[in-house]
Amino acid sequence: MDILRFATAGSVDDGKSTLIGRLLFDSKAIFEDQLEAVERTSRDRGTEYTDLSLLTDGLRAEREQGITIDVAYRYFATPKRKFIIADTPGHIQYTRNMVTGASTADLAIILIDARKGVLEQSRRHAFLTTLLRVPHLVVAINKMDLVEYAEERFEEIREEFTQFASKLNASDLSFIPISALHGDNVVSRSENMPWYQGPSLLHHLEHVHIASDRNMVDVRFPVQYVIRPHKTEFHDYRGYAGQVAGGVLKPGDDVMHLPSGLTTKIASIDTFDGPVTEAFAPMSVTLRLEDHIDISRGDMICRPNNQPRVAQEIEAMVCWMADIAKLAPRTKLTIKHTTRTARALVKDLHYRLDVNTLHRDETATSLSLNEIGRVSLRITQPLFVDDYARNRLTGGFILIDEATNSTVGAGMIL
Amino acid sequence: MLQHDYTTSQLDVLEAEAIHIMREVAAEFERPCLLFSGGKDSIVMLRIAEKAFWPAPIPFPLMHVDTGHNFPEVIEFRDRRSAELGARLVVASVQDSIDAGRVVEETGRRASRNRLQTTTLLDGIEDNEFDAVFGGARRDEEKARAKERVFSFRDDFGQWDPKNQRPELWNLYNAKIRKGEHIRVFPLSNWTELDVWDYIRREGIEIPSIYFAHTRRVFERDGMLLPEGDVVVRGDDEPLFESTVRYRTVGDMTCTGAVSSTAATVDEIIAEIAATRITERGATRADDRASEAAMEDRKKEGYF
Repeated sequence: MDILRFATAGSVDDGKSTLIGRLLFDSKAIFEDQLEAVERTSRDRGTEYTDLSLLTDGLRAEREQGITIDVAYRYFATPKRKFIIADTPGHIQYTRNMVTGASTADLAIILIDARKGVLEQSRRHAFLTTLLRVPHLVVAINKMDLVEYAEERFEEIREEFTQFASKLNASDLSFIPISALHGDNVVSRSENMPWYQGPSLLHHLEHVHIASDRNMVDVRFPVQYVIRPHKTEFHDYRGYAGQVAGGVLKPGDDVMHLPSGLTTKIASIDTFDGPVTEAFAPMSVTLRLEDHIDISRGDMICRPNNQPRVAQEIEAMVCWMADIAKLAPRTKLTIKHTTRTARALVKDLHYRLDVNTLHRDETATSLSLNEIGRVSLRITQPLFVDDYARNRLTGGFILIDEATNSTVGAGMIL
Repeated sequence: MLQHDYTTSQLDVLEAEAIHIMREVAAEFERPCLLFSGGKDSIVMLRIAEKAFWPAPIPFPLMHVDTGHNFPEVIEFRDRRSAELGARLVVASVQDSIDAGRVVEETGRRASRNRLQTTTLLDGIEDNEFDAVFGGARRDEEKARAKERVFSFRDDFGQWDPKNQRPELWNLYNAKIRKGEHIRVFPLSNWTELDVWDYIRREGIEIPSIYFAHTRRVFERDGMLLPEGDVVVRGDDEPLFESTVRYRTVGDMTCTGAVSSTAATVDEIIAEIAATRITERGATRADDRASEAAMEDRKKEGYF
C-alpha cells in the first residue's frame, strides 16, 4: 500500500466539506464519537443538516466564523491506498494556505458547482495547482443532481475549463461529474449518469499512477547531517545522511560532491536495517563514500555527468506570505533551499501576476500578502538548484523574515 | 525491458519523512530533547530516532513529565528502555512543581494532574534550555492537532498561537527562533493510530503490557472504565468490578479509561482497531471531554 497526498480546493458553497465528509465517512475514517459531536453542534446551532465542515474546521475561530482558515490534514485509507488530504480554504485571502497544501500534493481536486460553472476562483485554483506543479488535477463537477444530471452541462464546463487550462501546462487533467451530497460517482459509479463512462472519484484516487511523478533521473542527494559515531566499533565511520531528492543511487556509482566538484564512488548505502542496493526519493539513507572528502550539511551529491546548476543568482516565482511586510527590490531575507540556508537579496521584481486573470503587471513595485510575482534573487552562497518544473525538491525554497523569523515566502525556481 | 517499480509502502514513506524531520532538528538546533512517556507513539518516535542516527547514538536526551499518577508498568518500561539505549532521561516531576508551589493540586473526585503537567513541562524545557522538543502527537488524534505544523513554534511563554502559524512547504522546515522560544516538533504528524500499530508489528517493537488485554479491577464513570489505584479518587456510588480490558492510550491513571478487549497480541489489536468506530481519545480520555475546544485551549497554554 502506498500513500497519495491530495489537496482540495473550493469553498463550502462548492460542497467541498460535504465531499470530504463523504470520502471519510464512506471509508470509515469518521468515527461515531466524532459524528455525534458534529451532530450535536449542528443541532445546537439550528442547522438543519449535519454540517460535516465541523469535522475539519477544528479551531475555535473557524467554528465561530464558519470558515476554514488554515490547512487541515485529514487521513483515510482504503485497502488500496492511504490518503492524506490537505484541505485548504478556497478564498483568495487564503492563497498562501492553498499554496502550502499544494506543495506536497500528488493530486489536486478542484470543485466546481455545476450550476455556476467555471468561476474566477476555479481559474485561480487551477493556476495555483499548476504553478506548484501538482502532477495530477481532477476537476470534480459537483451538484450534478441540481442540473438534472445533464451531460450537456458537464461537457460545457469541461470544454471551458480545458480551454483555460491549455494556457497553464496542466499535466494530467481528469473531469468527473459528481454529487457529493447524494454520493453519485464519489465512491461508486452513479446510475443517474449512464452517459459517464469514467471511474468514480475514489476509484480514480486509488488508481492514479504516482510512482513515476518523482524524479528518478537526476541524482540529487542534499547532505543533511554527518554521522560520526565516535564509538570503538565504528571508529572510522563517516556517513552522510539525507533524504534522496532525485534519481537512483547505487553502491559503486560515480558521484560528484558540490561545491568542491570532487568525484568519488558510493561505497555503501546504509540504513539501521542494513545496507540497501539502491536508494531513490523519498528514502532517508546514509551514504558512505570511497574517498575522504570534506563534506558538510548543505552540500550536494550528484552524478559527474548530471549536475544541478550552481547558482548565486536565481530567477523564481515567489508567493508572498507575510501579513505586514512587503517584498520589494532590496529586501533582505533568509533563504532555505534543500538543506542549505543562506541570505538572499531581492534584486528585481519583474512583474506581479494577477492570479485570477494571469495578467502580468510590470509596473508593480512590491508584493503583498498572497501576491505572486517573478523575482531575481542574489544569494550569499551558491545553491545547487534545478528548475522547479523538473524537480520540486531541488527547485523549491522558502524565504524567512530576518526580523520576525516567520516564513514569508515560497519560491519556485525558473 | 523490465519496468522497475519505485512504489514505496506507506510505512516506508512515513518513516523516511520522520527520519528526515529528526535529522533536520539535530542539525539545526543546539539542545533538542525527545518527550518519552513510555506510550506507544513515543516508543515509535524513539525507534525512528535510533534509525535516524545509526550507528551513532541518539544525539539528544529524553524527557518525561511524570505526574506521579502514571501506570507503574509504564514507568518500569520507560526506565528500562532508556537504559537499554544508553540515553539520558530527564524526569520533570509534577509533584516537584506542587511542592515548589508552582501549581496547586486539584481536589475532588475528578481531580487530575493533567492540566498541571503544562507548567512542569514548560519549566522542564526552560530549566534545561531545550530549544526543540519532539512530541509524538499525530494530526489524526484531534481536530486542533489536525491544524498543527510539524515544526510548531512556541513563544517565550511556551504558547501556541493557532492563528499565527508559519506556513510549511515541501520538506522545508523553518527552525529559526530567538533565545527563550522553542519549537515543538511532531515527526509522526502524518501517521494514524493504525499506522503506529502496523509499524509496531513490522518492527517487532516492545510496548508496555497494559496495551494488551489483562484482568483489572475497574469502575465506570461517564461511560469510561477507570482503574483502581492509590491516586484514583472513587466514590461510594462507583463500585469496583473485575473486567478484561486493555488501554488504547497511556496517560494518567486518573483520567485514562480502559476499553473492554480480549486483544492479547499486536495482530489482535490491529484487527480490533480496524473494526472500531470510536477514536482513541474519544474512547479513553476524560481530559478531552471537558469541551469542544479542550485540546485547543490546553495546547495554546503549552500542553503537549
